[in-house]
Formats: sequence, structure tokens, C-alpha cells
Amino acid sequence: MTVVDADTAQLGATALSAPADEDLDLLLLIRHFELRLLDLFTAGQLHGTTHTCLGQEYVPVALQPLLSTVDFVFSNHRGHGHYLARYSDPVGLLAEIMGRAGAVCHGVGGSQHILRDGYLSTGVQGQSLPVAAGVAMHLRRSRPGALALAYVGDGTWGEGAVYEALNMAALWRLPLLVVVEHNGIAQSTPTSAQLAGTIAGRAAAFGIPHHRTESVDVNVIRAELGPLVARVRTECVPLVVEFATHRLGPHSKGDDSRPPEVIEHARRHDWYARYREAFPERFAEADARAAARIAAVADECAARPPVTWQASA
Amino acid sequence: MSRPERVVENLNRALHAHLAADPRLYLLGEDVEDPYGGAFKVTKGLSTVYGERVIGTPLSEGGIVGVAGGLALAGDKALVEIMFGDFAALAFDQLLNFASKSVSMYGRPVPMHLVVRCPSGGGRGYGPTHSQSLQKHFVGIPGLALYEMSPFHDNHDVLGRMLGAGSPGVFFEDKVLYTHRMAAAGVVDELFRFDFLDQAGEFARIYADDPGELDCLLIGAGGMTDRALTAMRELLLVDEIAVQLVVPSRLYPFDVEPVLPLAAKAGVVCVVEESTAGGTWGAEVAAVLHTRLWETLRRPVRLVHSADSIIPTATHLEREVLVGAATIRAAVKSELASRRERSLT
Ligand SMILES: Cc1ncc(C[n+]2csc(CCOP(=O)(O)OP(=O)(O)O)c2C)c(N)n1
Ligand SMILES: [Mg+2]
Repeated sequence: MTVVDADTAQLGATALSAPADEDLDLLLLIRHFELRLLDLFTAGQLHGTTHTCLGQEYVPVALQPLLSTVDFVFSNHRGHGHYLARYSDPVGLLAEIMGRAGAVCHGVGGSQHILRDGYLSTGVQGQSLPVAAGVAMHLRRSRPGALALAYVGDGTWGEGAVYEALNMAALWRLPLLVVVEHNGIAQSTPTSAQLAGTIAGRAAAFGIPHHRTESVDVNVIRAELGPLVARVRTECVPLVVEFATHRLGPHSKGDDSRPPEVIEHARRHDWYARYREAFPERFAEADARAAARIAAVADECAARPPVTWQASA
Repeated sequence: MSRPERVVENLNRALHAHLAADPRLYLLGEDVEDPYGGAFKVTKGLSTVYGERVIGTPLSEGGIVGVAGGLALAGDKALVEIMFGDFAALAFDQLLNFASKSVSMYGRPVPMHLVVRCPSGGGRGYGPTHSQSLQKHFVGIPGLALYEMSPFHDNHDVLGRMLGAGSPGVFFEDKVLYTHRMAAAGVVDELFRFDFLDQAGEFARIYADDPGELDCLLIGAGGMTDRALTAMRELLLVDEIAVQLVVPSRLYPFDVEPVLPLAAKAGVVCVVEESTAGGTWGAEVAAVLHTRLWETLRRPVRLVHSADSIIPTATHLEREVLVGAATIRAAVKSELASRRERSLT
């Protein structure tokens, strides 16, 4: 079976605009961070689990300049890109995942439980949406113009907490931005087997504006979303932004049961190959820089002593 | 002298005072706004005075405890009223996996000023899903404190303690207690008096005229007060057994120190609770007492519960199931009889 669907056929036709240097650097930093994590797992240097955002790195990179430091970001299990886009701190994050000194949460939280200033991730799907609504309620009063952003996957729309939060956010006019990374799959379950109707339809049911973007071009995405995100701030209304995206790697590590053609389909959408093709020289340089930086980060973390934590502090 | 206020008035006054004192405090719950003022009228008058900080919510227990958790995370304080404590089951994830964990799972202390109020218990004919005592389901969660309302503990103090702790708490409020009167000035009634075992006033102790007389110690949370007192009266007047009752304000973590001298002196201890048996708060108290007083106690701590059953609606059926004064009296007598038998052999 060949999976050359309409959107894949169009890919070549839509040329990517030139990314800013810092965007390209950040995209590649996240990519190499995630690849290194999988290598470290394979080498037996990491324990537990982790979920890489391979293929989805452009989502938080595109959103980054649309956010302000007083905004509160809620991340989820697939959160390394969200964190790195906000803080550009691969050392703190890798130390956290490796349980080494300098870990951003003293090794207690690990890959999916991170708190730093206005940034929090948790490991229970859907749970963060009502919490984000509460933070949005706080911000509306204490910091007008600030918003709460919650990243969720498509599979998480199975959780009732999502709808309780959307209902309250719409009713109470809360500045809540829900960013859906719709990668078509939840662990091993394709969206077609777990989501009736559409995310657009679900947002519409609450009278919440919804915008879907198919682009991986960070400039295009920003231009589309800029005015919409500004409305969340100025008019205190929630917004659902849906990214049609693709998960390149396994759900966590070594657990990809998708047929090869589905993985191939995701690969054809990968921003990495497309940017490389469009801007070969700039890309090669930036790519080498990011790879070298991550190699150094990994060496540095590996050389650090185990992190310490006082349980009842 | 005027009669002491009703418990619900005391609680309502406490909420008023806290909302007035702290502009960062919110109260959320279903139907809590005026003119309705909450299913049990606990929140009457609050929305009229504190407007936007008293929020009537959709039917979304998990959602509103989540919103409250978000407010707390951002540095505000929040009180949530769960209309019937039974529905706290729908907020279990937010309490277990978010609010209580957030205070420590990020590697450094994160203060969370959050209190979830749960009208609890039977005796009012509300039936199986509106009458339970859920305390046991929340015992033993790191970072989550459990308190229970009582006629001896001023609600303003208790809520102040809970809101000030920096970690979330659940406040159980026995529904029958709302219409009862607070106990004041050391007097319970014509027979019983009360004092406190500790400086902070967290452990109320109820006794008949002579605090030195003690055959058996009862430990029970606020909701058990009336039934325990009825049993104690009959035990004293009919059976000539002197029983004292300790009512702690905080159920978990349970601070056993203030109770140890009395428990040791009595040698016979019963913990009374309205929940069904199995993994209960009382079992937790017993385990702590056994560890500390193994050599001193004359009997294993006796647990007194409601029957192993759902709670029926019809008054006479409900009465058969729920722990009552007669159950407590019988338990005390059997404990003392076993003790005597043992000391005779
Ligand atoms: C309440 C809950 N149920 C199940 C899980 C296990 N789990 C973690 S991620 C995941 C799939 C999530 O899918 P989606 O929301 O689409 O996000 P994606 O992994 O695709 O980024 C599952 C089932 C969980 N963490 N929390
Ligand atoms: Mg998904």
C-alpha cells in the first residue's frame, strides 16, 4: 500500500520561508537533545521512561516569541521541546532526566514532572487543563494581559477533565490557550480509534474559537497565530490551536508498533528534512553546532555526581 | 447568657472572616452563591459580600478542585465546597496526583493553600451515594492533611490552620452536626465537661465531673461526638463505667503524643468512626497506639464501625447500618468484660 495522500503530495509545492538563526538553532537543539536521549537509553545510561517530541519540535519553537515571561505554560509527558523552547537549558533538563547534580527539579520529577517559574508539567493526561484554568483565573486578576497555555495531545481529548476545563474557561472568560499537538496517535492507538468527531467540533460546542494549522514553517505559523493569541490576552477568551503534526519516534522508547508505511508517512512530513533541503548550507552548519553542543551537554551531565534530595524538606 | 451558636453559623462566620481578611482567598463550589447559599447553607451571604471571589461552579468536582489547585499554585488561596462529600471521589485525581504531590514532587517545597470541604456522613436519609464517610480513602497520602469539624473546635481557627499550612487539606463536616450547637466554656451539658489535652487546642477531651476517673478511652472525630456522648452517659449512669472521649481536630497525620497519657491510664481504648471497616482512620490510630503502648494497653485497641454495607435510605434501615450509641456502649462493655475475664484467669 502506498500512502501518498493529498497533503504529502503538496509538501514539495509549499516552499519553506527562511528561518531566523535562533529558530533554526533551537529546532536543532531540541532534535539533538531528543536523539541523544534515545541513544542514552539504548546505552543503558537512562532509567525509567521518557517521551521524545521528535517531529514536533517546531510547535513550541513557533510559539515561543508569541509568549511572554509572565505567561504560565503547562506541559505534558512529551515536554522536552516545550521546556527547551522556553528556557534553552539542556543541561538542567538532561541532569533532571539522568538524576545528576544541577537537575532542575532535583531529580524528583524526572522527564515528565518539571516546575520552573511559570512552567509546569505533570504525568496525568488532562489533569493540567483545570489547573491551567485556575492559573488563568489568577492571571486575569493579578496580571491582566498574561495567559495560561496548556499543551495536550489528541489522545488526551478522551479525558473528562478537558471538557470541565473548557466549559469553565469559556463561561468565566479565562485567558487560556490550549495547544493541541495532534499527531494522529495516542501511544499505540490511532486517532481514528479513539476520537469521535473532531477537535474543532468539540471546541465549537463550547463556543471556543479554534484554529488548525498544518504548517511546519515557524514564520507562517506565527503569522497565523499572532493575532489570535493577542485576542486571548486582550479579550480574555480561551482559544484552541490545533497543530496537525507527526510523531517521528516511538511513543516512549522502543515501543513503536506502527506499520512501516505509517512511520514513513510521518518521516516525509519531518521539518528537519524539509529545512535541510530548502537551506542546505545554513542547515548543515547549524546542525553540526547543535550536535556538538548536545554532545558536550551529555558529557557534562554524565560527569556530574548523583543529585541529592531531602525527602521531608 | 445566650446559647452558643449553631455549628453551621460558626462555620459560616469563619468563612466570612477568612474571606474578609484575605483578598487572595477564593471559595468555589456548586450552588454556593446567594440567594441559595449552598446545599447546606454554609456559604450563605458570602457571594453577596465577596462577589467575584465566591464562585458558583458547573457540576465539575474534578474541574473545580483543579481550578482551585491552579489558584493555589499561582499564589492565591482556595476553598472548595464539594456539595456532598461522596463526590470528592470525582476530584480524587486532583487531590492525589496534583495538589498533594505538587508540594514536593518538583524537588523543592511548593506551598499550596487549598482546602476541600466535604459535608459527610449519614443520618439524614440521603441514601447510599450521599451519606458516606470517605475519610479512609484519603488517609496516608503524603502532603494531604485531613481535618474534621467538631462542636469543640472553632472553625475559624481550624480553617486558618488548614489554609496556612502550605499543603492541601480535606475538611470533613458531619452533616448532622451543622444544626447542633457549639460547645462553649468547658461545658458540654449538665453531665459532661470538656478541656483540651494540648496547648494548641487540637485535642478536645470530654469527661464527667472527675477527670481522674477513667475505665475506658474513646477516640472519635467530630461527627461521632453525639453518639459517643449518649453511650458515655448510659455507661456512666447505668453501667457505672467511667469513659472519656478525645476528639482530635486533625485526623491525619495523627499526632498521638497528647493522647498517650490518657490511653495509657485507661489501658482500654476504642476508636469509633462512622465509616465501614477496612483500611480506616481508626485502624491507623490503633496501629500508632499499639506501637507506642504495646506494654501498657490491657487489650488491643477496639475499632467500632458502621456495618459492612451500603447506607440504605429508609430511616429505620439506615439506623440498622450506621454505628450508633448502642454499638459503642456494647463495644465498651465487652472490652471491659474481656479485660476482667483475662485478669481473673
Ligand atoms: C490519565 C492517564 N492515562 C493514561 C496515561 C498513559 N499515557 C501517557 S501518554 C499517553 C498517550 C497520550 O496521547 P496523546 O494525548 O495523543 O499525546 P501524545 O503521546 O501523542 O503526544 C498515554 C495513554 C497517562 N499518563 N495518564
Ligand atoms: Mg497524540
